[in-house]
Amino acid sequence: MKDDVMKTPIPVSLPPLATGLIAVAACAIFGWLFLLAESEVAVLGLVLLAVLAGWGAQKTGLSATLGTAMHQHSGAMNGAIVASLLAVIALLGTEHFPLLMLSTMLLYLVAALGLNVQFGLTGMVNFAGAAFFGIGAYTSAVLTTHTAVPPLLILLAGGLIAALIGALLIVPVVRTAGHYSAVVTIAFGVLFKTFLEVNEVLGGPQGLMVGSMNVFGWDFNNGPVLMGHEMSFYVNYALLSSGLAILAFALTRRLERSWLGLALDSVRLDETASACFGINVVRAKVLAFTYGNILAGIAGALYGMMISFIAPNSFTFSDSLLMVSIVLLGGLGSLWGSALAAVIVVLVPEKLQILQEYRFLLFSVLVIAMLLFRPQGLLPRGVRSYFPGGRAQR
Amino acid sequence: MDIGLLGQYLANGVMLGTMYALVAVGFTLFFGVLDVIKFSHGDVLMIGAFTGFTTYLGIVAIGIENPWVALVAVLVVSIATTAALGALIARYLVLPLKSAPPLNILLITLMLGTALREGVRLFYPDGSNPKAFPALLPTASLELGSFSLRADSVILVSAGIAVIIGLNLLINRTRLGLAIRAVAQDEETAKIMGINYTMIVLVTFAIGSGAAAFAGIMNGLYYNEVNFGMGLLLGLIGFSAAIIGGLGNIYGAILGGFLFAGLQTVGAVALPFASAYKDVFAFGVVIALMAWKPTGLIAERSSDRV
Repeated sequence: MKDDVMKTPIPVSLPPLATGLIAVAACAIFGWLFLLAESEVAVLGLVLLAVLAGWGAQKTGLSATLGTAMHQHSGAMNGAIVASLLAVIALLGTEHFPLLMLSTMLLYLVAALGLNVQFGLTGMVNFAGAAFFGIGAYTSAVLTTHTAVPPLLILLAGGLIAALIGALLIVPVVRTAGHYSAVVTIAFGVLFKTFLEVNEVLGGPQGLMVGSMNVFGWDFNNGPVLMGHEMSFYVNYALLSSGLAILAFALTRRLERSWLGLALDSVRLDETASACFGINVVRAKVLAFTYGNILAGIAGALYGMMISFIAPNSFTFSDSLLMVSIVLLGGLGSLWGSALAAVIVVLVPEKLQILQEYRFLLFSVLVIAMLLFRPQGLLPRGVRSYFPGGRAQR
Repeated sequence: MDIGLLGQYLANGVMLGTMYALVAVGFTLFFGVLDVIKFSHGDVLMIGAFTGFTTYLGIVAIGIENPWVALVAVLVVSIATTAALGALIARYLVLPLKSAPPLNILLITLMLGTALREGVRLFYPDGSNPKAFPALLPTASLELGSFSLRADSVILVSAGIAVIIGLNLLINRTRLGLAIRAVAQDEETAKIMGINYTMIVLVTFAIGSGAAAFAGIMNGLYYNEVNFGMGLLLGLIGFSAAIIGGLGNIYGAILGGFLFAGLQTVGAVALPFASAYKDVFAFGVVIALMAWKPTGLIAERSSDRV
């Protein structure tokens, strides 16, 4: 997301932080315009502008400057990104549909971050991302309609149930390698959807209603009133999904930079060698698998509450592949890459309604091209470098 | 339970098992020569079934009514198309990624499968709706009490088994099969012995994909219906069958195919819950089997060199 816009040549004298802040602001304005753009032509123009800007940023060395800014002033930059996200939500204020899209994108990002820990860091395949997302959504449907559990706890419950059901898969997934564990997760994804379709308690193919989010008496289905203006009720969900996305992002970044992330990386690169150096391979895999499923479950639980109606058709194998596409397009292991790819995969087809029908086709072809010509992804993950006594870089 | 009904389920299970085994054999062949999983296999099967369907429409359009002629034309065209498609996939998507992590090949073929599926759904005329596949085989049946043995089922099963036996002979008894096995065992030595490696890989993919097209036509004739999504489930079942049997082993694939069909039949008939759960049950058992025997029932002999 960060080096999207700004194709004008930057004066070299500008310090990285200033460049970075300008870029973030430009991204925010771009995002706001993009979410509000109505006509197909405007959307296409903006997409084209973003592509040109991305290409220009690579050519002029702007992305390198941004990388430096992110690294040297991570606090200020991250603060600016959060602030601009909030600003975009505030500016959209009364627009239902753009806010819904933004929140959906953020929730997909949360799930994709979880998948990224599995695919990108640990090298475990999970083709049932949408199934774990769906487990979260169905948990929230059942708990909001049949119990009085506080909705914030339901989010956690969604994650926990996803992790618990995922735990049933742990033995086959950890014991098997590569192709074999792929079949376990694919089979689970298909099994899950078939199960939902035939199970009458869970609504069958028609699906279930989900209650709304409610924090300490603040009902999310009522739009907040700010300075006399009534905002869209999706503002609540956008704020909560932003919070969730920021939390998940920070947590995943910490995990990646910690010794745990190092262990996960080494398990991906060479299991045998890691085991020889005393890394508990099984523990690392269980950690990554559970972490990813919890994130997907929590995101799914909030997603269910937000769209207030869920059906098995939203959690198909194709949706799992869409999540995998986010991880791959962004770049394996690259968190900002996942953020950028979530924007591309979720927002672009929503805005370009002509593409909506073709989105599975479009993204599968895009991923094929990516794997053939740029397997490292749009924003490749940097190489880990540690200095004695210093902090981890990137 | 009534013996006749039991016979009916048994006949149905044998039919499904033959179909699954044909798909699983493809997975096993690809894995044997290249150590890759080509997950678009199921969707190649679907393309085969649709090509067959289109050929039939064409045949009818030019006024040929004889079902046997139509059947032969359908089989020849669809097997040739998918064989070419399989070879193209191997040439342009699988071989270029041979040195990349194995995950990438799995992913690229998964995505290709999605692209094929969506392509048919979006671009085939009225592709999102199921198509009625013509009944080209005689439908006479032999009644034995409550058990009726239909001629088309018998023909389909025997043809399917003949194809499997033929493939087995091809792999184990011919020079081509020898070359395929040599490439599977050791790529470099095979090259030194003067085997055209690329050609053998392409031929193997063509053979496997042709077998899938055969299974697709079989499926269409049996259920009298083809739809764009049929490949996903059949591909997944074939993949599971090849894996629970043990990848890289043609007998394992056959065993796995019949085992899966058996599980589905048992799930539909003998278990206390509704028969709609048969796939849930079968996949659940597959996952459990994988936990118990991580490399399949007829295990692939492997050791890691460090």
